[in-house]
Amino acid sequence: MAEFTLPKNSKIQTGKHFPAKDAKKSRTFKVYRWTPDDGQNPRTDTYEVDLAACGPMVLDALLKIKNEIDPTLSLRRSCREGICGSCAMNIDGTNTLACTKAISDCGGGTVNIYPLPHMPVVKDLVPDLTHFYAQFASIKPWLRTQSPAPADKERLQSPEDRKKLDGLYECILCACCSTSCPSYWWNGDRYLGPAILLQAYRWIVDSRDEDTGARLDDLEDPFKLYRCHTIMNCARTCPKGLNPAKAIAEIKKLIVQRRSA
Amino acid sequence: MKQDLRNPLARARGLGSAKDGVGHWWTQRITALALVFLTVYFLVTVLGLVHADFATARATVGKPWNAVLLIALIVSMFWHAVLGLQVVIEDYVHTRWLELLSLVLIKFLAVLGALAGVLAVLRVALGS
Repeated sequence: MAEFTLPKNSKIQTGKHFPAKDAKKSRTFKVYRWTPDDGQNPRTDTYEVDLAACGPMVLDALLKIKNEIDPTLSLRRSCREGICGSCAMNIDGTNTLACTKAISDCGGGTVNIYPLPHMPVVKDLVPDLTHFYAQFASIKPWLRTQSPAPADKERLQSPEDRKKLDGLYECILCACCSTSCPSYWWNGDRYLGPAILLQAYRWIVDSRDEDTGARLDDLEDPFKLYRCHTIMNCARTCPKGLNPAKAIAEIKKLIVQRRSA
Repeated sequence: MKQDLRNPLARARGLGSAKDGVGHWWTQRITALALVFLTVYFLVTVLGLVHADFATARATVGKPWNAVLLIALIVSMFWHAVLGLQVVIEDYVHTRWLELLSLVLIKFLAVLGALAGVLAVLRVALGS
């Protein structure tokens, strides 16, 4: 059966408390901690951060914790402007990017921060996305053509056809949507998940691509595609405001379209 | 943890696409559409029989159109149910032998249930 409870060695325990000294405007952050080195269960450490001396975003608070309170905290981050997707994590109950999530937008009281749900954890807030990236590679996410490239110019695309990529090309593969999807939790080994299916659709609708049929063939599978039950967590959680569920519905429509009803 | 030296891409590609699934998806929607109309028809018919005696009810079910629509309801209901149950089992049952067993079992049960329902309507309609 699908597992609905955490195994014994994954049960989360209460960890250390780091109170703020002489804080003007203190806010409490509860952060998931786990390291593979000490054989301990995961725990949540509590940090009080002085917001008077901290940037406005959750990432600012996490970096302040790492720089000034507890250097053992691990997290991924890079661009700090919502374009690299590195700092995707579960903040205040929702998957999002720590760099674009304002602390003031988190509900009152303690801000809970966990790694992306249902992924193997490397350490603290760093999930193992190996399988996610391999699934992305498996859809061959590049322009596939039979016709030779034009000798002296690029492959052209009309403005109308280019418009079809809007709402798709913006995806930064942060994995917020896939890791919010219950179908991906239970069957992520075979189900491609919303992020990868949105990327697959990005190449299916690209007017310059010449391998649409093969792309649809590869997706038509009870597990790869049809595990999507339109739960819509993906669209609700996407930090870029995209709608992977709609892209998946479009793929299903195209697969129906090419057969007899 | 068991060591897995396969390339992650090999694991992600797995056994490849079944090139199947659209039939299931489409049939589930078609039977759902049929059930919208058939359920309304069924409720209207049954509510019309609330104060009727046994003979009237029997005569109503025996009318050709009613018998045909009732059989259509029974078939699409069991068909739709088995498609839905299949999805639930595939979603949550991850022990392979148990998954296979329950998938086959629900199909047998659905066919038996549908046949029994159809036979019941036919016996009333054909009066034996």
